[in-house]
Amino acid sequence: MTTQPSREDLLKAYRMMKTIREFEERVHIEFATGEIPGFVHLYAGEEASATGICMHLNDNDKIASTHRGHGHCIAKGVEVHGMMAEIYGKKTGTCGGKGGSMHIADLDMGMMGANGIVGGGPPLICGAGLAAKFKKNQGVAVAFVGDGGSNQGTTLESLNLATVWHLPCIFVIENNGYAEATSSKWSVSCKDIAERAQGFGMPGVMVDGHDFFAVYEAAGEAVRRARKGGGPTLIECKLNRYYGHFEGDAQTYRGPDEVKKLRETRDCLKNFARKVTAADLVKQSELEAIDKDVVALIDDALAKAKAAPKPGPKDLLTDVYVSY
Amino acid sequence: MARKITYQQAINEALSQEMARDPSVIVMGEDNVGGMGADGEKDAWGGVLGVTKGLYPKYGDRVMDTPITESAFIGAAIGAATCGMRPVAELMFIDFMGVCFDQIYNQAAKFRYMFGGKAKTPVVIRTMYGAGFRAAAQHSQCLYPLFTHIPGLKVVMPSTPYDAKGLLIQSIRDNDPVIFCEHKLLYTLEGDVPEEIYTVPFGEANVVREGKDVTIVTLGRMVHICMEAAGNLAKKGVQCEVIDLRTTSPMDVDTILESVEKTGRLVVVDEASPRCNIATDVSAIVAQKAFSALRAPIEMVTPPHTPVPFSDVLEDLYVPNAAKIESAVVAVKGYRE
Repeated sequence: MTTQPSREDLLKAYRMMKTIREFEERVHIEFATGEIPGFVHLYAGEEASATGICMHLNDNDKIASTHRGHGHCIAKGVEVHGMMAEIYGKKTGTCGGKGGSMHIADLDMGMMGANGIVGGGPPLICGAGLAAKFKKNQGVAVAFVGDGGSNQGTTLESLNLATVWHLPCIFVIENNGYAEATSSKWSVSCKDIAERAQGFGMPGVMVDGHDFFAVYEAAGEAVRRARKGGGPTLIECKLNRYYGHFEGDAQTYRGPDEVKKLRETRDCLKNFARKVTAADLVKQSELEAIDKDVVALIDDALAKAKAAPKPGPKDLLTDVYVSY
Repeated sequence: MARKITYQQAINEALSQEMARDPSVIVMGEDNVGGMGADGEKDAWGGVLGVTKGLYPKYGDRVMDTPITESAFIGAAIGAATCGMRPVAELMFIDFMGVCFDQIYNQAAKFRYMFGGKAKTPVVIRTMYGAGFRAAAQHSQCLYPLFTHIPGLKVVMPSTPYDAKGLLIQSIRDNDPVIFCEHKLLYTLEGDVPEEIYTVPFGEANVVREGKDVTIVTLGRMVHICMEAAGNLAKKGVQCEVIDLRTTSPMDVDTILESVEKTGRLVVVDEASPRCNIATDVSAIVAQKAFSALRAPIEMVTPPHTPVPFSDVLEDLYVPNAAKIESAVVAVKGYRE
């Protein structure tokens, strides 16, 4: 059974991808001014993955993300104004300025957190899947993991546990070719990470992570299976990031025109637009209207984040415990 | 109505009563059911020492076996806690924290603060600690100071069957992550435990013996060794006040300071390795906050800075005993008497 997105879905998906792209491009520009503190890891180039997966999820469903988490947050419905303010360390941020880029979480939206620890998310997602099973709410739990995280023991243990406990979990391995500066061709012991699924007794699929439609279809099947009690799935999205491991990374490990070529030939937004307009599913003018909306949204989020107050001294000591 | 049951039975009863009361309480751990996938009877084990035995027949799938995969299942307990469950996960030996510590200290402990106060992680990690079982260096440690060090965790150290039940029920109902430390030599200890449900609050130390001469602050199994020492010392005319901390995070500093203000002399007895342990922590607090009350240097009775040895002769030398505690008390009592 294939999954055909409706016209509304296509517009929603485009808006989601465009919002992620615009958010990341603007953070890239603003980071260079020195105003954003700490580390920032950008998701630009990988939008089709978060979007293709999260388009199938509802408010009962949970995701856990990575250090490169902005895209997953946006795709799961976390509000961009709070996210931008969080990245600036402001009191109005999603986490009150106490988490930052690497720890944006919004549990009400089912977003269980970006994660500063590579491989930190998969065990938590086993727990989210387990909770959904106990609550019998047909919830699905998705762990996003990078190619680097795919080698972590926590990830491999979680693949095993998800099968043993027959959990409604999906492990999305976003293989962008580099763990920091180390190529996944060197650090991953098999040709495709999707092959590992077989060893853990679950279906493993590999998709072109630049192609929204490929991700969307694979995710649709995995989500359906999980909701029906059919157990976990591993999806490997092969894709690329447009920026470095972190902002400020000179990317000396990449070819001179690598990113330029990717932007020209593999860009998920451009290819999506070409496909849907050629098939006459969506008009170019509709996409342009979304572009305009999104730019205005991110402009506003940025302006408000910059103007927002920082946390006060009292905030240092709050929220360590529920009670102590 | 109180009757005598063991520390182990008290823990089992707390789990059972909370599972009956609250359907979001689930229990998981290696061999917690005990027969999964084997031909033998389910509920054969109930955990390696049988602490959860009998829960599976009563509560079925809410008692779960796990593969030996601590990172994944401790992490899963934590993840499930953030999604509205109240999991009690058994980390068989505290020594095994090394293979799953990230999930505890980087994930569970930090969610609430990092996420701006929006997360709640009501998970309990029950774990067995302590020397004296001839279990050698990787199954005998007292690693509770490491957990106590981490903001966001609560650390519970019951010394009696009564406290084991009341503190465990409190731990399950508590909305923060709790590390519940059970001394393996206490499992067979009998004591009066009410049948009904009750809680023992965190951060309230128990003055288990009153005395005017020397304050002994201690915790866990060492409470009993200190009581033995205090009994011996009383016969020699030295009156010790023995304080059982019950929880190391939060810690009841007021009760310690009040006692030291009265006695002016402090011995801290801790089964954990001597550097950066509960003894050093209590000593630092007292030195800082009750300096003028002290009439003698603080004494600490701890094991030496070595791994736990296997041979019975060496292990007996390693663990603090009543004689060592008595010497420490005599030393502080005799200092500028």
